[in-house]
Order: sequence, then structure tokens, then C-alpha cells
Amino acid sequence: MERSIRVERLWSWRTFFLQWEWLLVLIFIAVNIVNSTLSSYYFTADTFLQTPMTFLDMAFLVLPMTMVIILGNIDISVGSTVALSAVIMAVAYNAGLPMVLAVVLCLLVASACGFINGILMTRFKELSSVIVTLATMIIYRGIAYVILQDQAAGKFPKWYSALGWGSVGKVPIILIVFAICAVVFGLLLHKTSFGRKIYGMGSNLTASRYSGVRTDSIIMIVSVLTGLMAGFTALFLTSRMGSTRPNVAQGYELSVIAMVVLGGVSTSGGKGRIGGPLLAIFIIGFLNYGLGLVNVQAQVLLIIVGLLLILSVLVLNVRFRGRYQRSVPSAAKKVAAQEHPNESTP
Amino acid sequence: MRRSASFTESFRELGLLVFIVVLCAIFQLRNHNFVTLGNIRDLLTNTGILSIMSVGMMMVILTRGIDLSVGAVVAVAGMVSALTVQYFRGISPVVSILEAVAVGTAAGILNGLLVARFNVLPIIATLGTMNIIRGVTYVISGGAWVSSYQMSDGFKRIATGGVLGVSNPIIIAVVINVLFFYFINHMRTGRQIYAVGSNPEAADISGIPRRRIVLLVYTLMGALSGLGGVIWVAKFASAQSDTATGFELSVIAATVLGGVSIAGGSGKVSGLILGTILLGILNNALPLINVSPFWQQAIQGIVILAAVLTNVMVKRNNQRFALRRRAI
Repeated sequence: MERSIRVERLWSWRTFFLQWEWLLVLIFIAVNIVNSTLSSYYFTADTFLQTPMTFLDMAFLVLPMTMVIILGNIDISVGSTVALSAVIMAVAYNAGLPMVLAVVLCLLVASACGFINGILMTRFKELSSVIVTLATMIIYRGIAYVILQDQAAGKFPKWYSALGWGSVGKVPIILIVFAICAVVFGLLLHKTSFGRKIYGMGSNLTASRYSGVRTDSIIMIVSVLTGLMAGFTALFLTSRMGSTRPNVAQGYELSVIAMVVLGGVSTSGGKGRIGGPLLAIFIIGFLNYGLGLVNVQAQVLLIIVGLLLILSVLVLNVRFRGRYQRSVPSAAKKVAAQEHPNESTP
Repeated sequence: MRRSASFTESFRELGLLVFIVVLCAIFQLRNHNFVTLGNIRDLLTNTGILSIMSVGMMMVILTRGIDLSVGAVVAVAGMVSALTVQYFRGISPVVSILEAVAVGTAAGILNGLLVARFNVLPIIATLGTMNIIRGVTYVISGGAWVSSYQMSDGFKRIATGGVLGVSNPIIIAVVINVLFFYFINHMRTGRQIYAVGSNPEAADISGIPRRRIVLLVYTLMGALSGLGGVIWVAKFASAQSDTATGFELSVIAATVLGGVSIAGGSGKVSGLILGTILLGILNNALPLINVSPFWQQAIQGIVILAAVLTNVMVKRNNQRFALRRRAI
């Protein structure tokens, strides 16, 4: 048993460099080369340390979304969760709650939103996650509108806006927090039994349940983590913008899913690593920054993100199909070799 | 067995009908002018576009798919037809409609090819095309609007005109619903849509051209979205790049409310019409009974969730009863 696993993991140059992540690294380098031709001040430490501040708030959602998609599910309510928790935090603060408690409340509300999603998904297994989160997406955003109507809430204390804009030395706070979260999620996904169970459930839910995995509680944990990270996004987004409205973070779910898929995580579940989506965050972020340098409309970025999403799925599909076709004859040969050991050459 | 299945289905529609009637009764109690001919006509006119597009969405969902790009297709088709009218004022409304339908069909073929030919998951494929199409709309319009005074009267009459007091959107919606009722219930290709949705492998084995059916379904969805787009722009007399943002959710919601199963293969046009009307009432009638428009979205979401959950409960109950009957 031990041995067969080790054989499968055998390291070779070919498999190492044929990984999706290398393609992403190449794209990232290409984006940076193009950017550096646009501005002669591009290659400085400041660019690489300060630019992430502008796009990292959304990136917190990419981490749990990777887990959700590896599970074979999808969560389109994250944008609404961000809006609802941000609105409740702002209203609670303006009603006299100390800011620290308001921040805690924000994280609690977001986790509760995730918890509700999880309850619905585990209690009503007949429903696909698309429908459950579609409904809660409308409800959460709707509650945010009921609370704040068409107004904005803000006037936060100074230390709170330092959360989004401040830095320790030269490194922005948001980058530090994100790096910690990314390491935690990476370890959870790749180094714990919890992570292995997520992969198992993604490839075969029924088999996982029959082999004693508590599938419901894993779905619950992932849902709550998704909510919690939406709370982090709400914190940093609100801190950067200085105020919040019920329509913030609209369409975040789509960008986040696009990043995860671009990162090489298969939407049919069970495949993908945390590194790909992390690279995808920085590719899209720096692409956005470069387009800003040459004054391209933000809408063109929509087209590029859409194209990247579809192209990456197409390439992954073709690659997967190629491997599948190659593996079928070899498997057939193996079967033939077992059935007729005399005919096969050693 | 067969009788019980048809009973639960009609029970579902009966439930929807009762719910709509109760809702109307409550509205009538709160506002005595709710159930009037003028109000009902306005309500149905506003629901026309939703009804046209939910027919397409029903077929897509029947094949286990989903189309998130319909809002963007509405925007691009509406924008293209409005820009054409702006530059060639004398153009006939029929040409405008055909043009929008053609644009929508092209977008639908793109979706269909991605899903049917290249095996991209529907939600991912249409998520991507939604971004692309919305971006293209911004680019071709340059971010500018086409306003009321730039459109010809004939163009605006596509949505505001009517025959014998019945407005055009209602007529078009009824025609589309009748056509597609016949198509999916009484024509071979229509029945094959159900077959593909309820069991793709079996459909393949029995010689149904599965990929071609899926392509057809997305193409039809695109064409209907194009039609919806031109009516939308003519009705509001303005074409913007962000027209119909989020409308895909309303269309999916109406379809799911109408009892079309997201798992594919089951759903009826009669249920769909009721679901569309229910969502239309929720969309348009809340201001009439002095409910703040800010409540609209939350109430909509809760009704959708309730409908979906009730559906699951009813199904579970039926299965339990079926098991018990078999035990005796």
C-alpha cells in the first residue's frame, strides 16, 4: 500500500514542468513585461508591494472558493454575503457599537450567512449548490437593501481605514493578512486529512460517505469558512472605500470563480491545487493595473477575464481528454497482459 | 404509478395557482384598486419579456444546463438594434426585431458550441460569455446611451403598441409560449430535449443527437434573449450598456418557481407560465400595496427559496408514500 502510493508520486522533470501552474507563471511574467514597457517606473519594489492593495480584498474569497469548487460545488452568494456583513457592520457602528465589536459582528454575520448556506445544502441534498446559493444571494443582498435602502454608511474611526491603506514597514497590512490566510488554507487543503477528504468528496461523494467521511460536516465547515472569508473581504473593502452601500461587491462571485478556474481547478471537482488560483489572483490583478496605466476602460477587462476563463477551461479540457485517450490503450494493454501473460513481451 | 406522478405534478401547479390567487386577494385587500383591467394589463406587459425568455431558460435547464449570459445578450441585442435605429431612422421595426434576434442567435450559438462541442460546464461557459458579451456591449456603444429621442416612433411601438388594447409584449409572449408548448410536447425534437435531460447516456445510446439538441437549446435561448432585448429597449426607450444586469437571475428564478427541475428532464410549460406570473406579481405589484421597493429583492428571494424547498418536501413525501404503498 505504502509503496504503490510512493510509485504514483514519482517525481520526473516531465511531469514537473507540464503543470498548469508553469503556464500561469509564464502568463504572469508576460503580463509584467507588457506592463514594464508601459511605464519606465514599473519594476520597483513599491509597485509589487503597493499594487496588491488594490485587488487583494477580493482575493480572500478565492481561497475558500477553491475548496468549494474542488468539492464539486459552487457558491454564487459570496458577493451578497460581503455586502450584507459590511452593511450590518457600518449600521451597528453608527448606532453606537464600538468599532472592534462591529468588526467582530461583521465576521459573525458573514459566517452565519455561510452557515445558512451549509445547512440548506446538507439538509436538502436534492438541491444543487447553484440553486441554494442563487436564492441566498438574492436574499442576503435583499436584506442589505432593507437595512440601508439607497444610502451609504461610513465615518469609521481612523485606525479602521489604516487596515486597508496602512502598511507595516513597506508591506501593506492586507498583504500580510492575505499571506497568512493563504498559508493556512494551503496547509488545510494539502497537509491535513480535512483537505484529503475534500478531494475525496470532490471525486466521488458517495464513495466518501460509504468510507466513513462525515461529508455533511465537511460541507458545513467549508461553507462557514467561505462566509468567514467573505467577512474579511467586507472588512478590507469597506476600510479602503471608507463607506459602504448595499450594492458593494456586486459581481464578485463571478470574478472569484473565474480566478479559481483560471488557476486550473476543475469545475467537475476533485482536481486542482491552491497555487494556481493564487497565481491567477496576481495575474488578473496586475493585468488590471497595466490596463489602468494605458487608460483602457474597465469594461475591456470584463472581456479579457471572460476570454481567460473560457480559454483556460478549453485548454484544461483538451489536456484532460488527451491524457484520457492515451491512458485507455495502455490500460487495455495491461488487461490484455494479465489475461494472456504468454503473448505479452516482457 | 403513472397516475400518482401526474397527480403530484398537477398538484404542484394547483398549489402555485392557489398561491397566486391568495397573493392577489391579499393585495386587493390592501389596495382596492389592485385587480383592475388596467393594472393587470400593465403587470402582464411588464412580465412579457420575462415570459419570453423563461421559455428558453426552461429548455436549457431541461437539458441540465443553465445560461447566465441572457442578461448580457439582452443588452447587446438591444444596443445593436437601438444603434441601428439611431443611424437609419427610417428602418422598419420588423428589421430591428430580426436584427436583434440574429445577434441573440449568434451569442446563443457561441454558448451552445462551448457547452455541446467543447464540453465546458454550462455555468462556467455562460459565466465567461456573460463577461465577454457585456464587455462587447460597452465597447460598441462607447459607454454612451441611446435615448428616447434618437429612436423612431415605429421602433418604440414594438413594445408600446398593441392590437385591440392588448399590448405587443403580451401578444408576443403568448405566441411564443403556444409555439414552444407545441414544440416541446408534440414534436420529436422537443421530446428529445426531455430525453437528453433526464438521462444523457440513455439518449446517446438510443441514437438521439445529444450534442445537436444541446446546441439547439442554447441557440433558441439566445434568439429569445435577442427578442427580449429589442422589446426591452423599445419599452424603456433607452439602450444602455448595463441594461438587464442581473436579469438572468429573474429568468432562472421564474423557471425554478415554475417547477422546472434544475436536475434536468422535468418541467411543464403550464407551470412555467404560473411561475412567471408569480414572479411578475412580486416584481411589479409590491409598490402598489405600499411595500417599500427595498423589500422587493428580499421578498423575491424568500419566495424562491420557499418554492424550491416546498418542491423538495412534496417530492420526499410522495416517495415515502410510494414506498409505503409498495410495502402493503
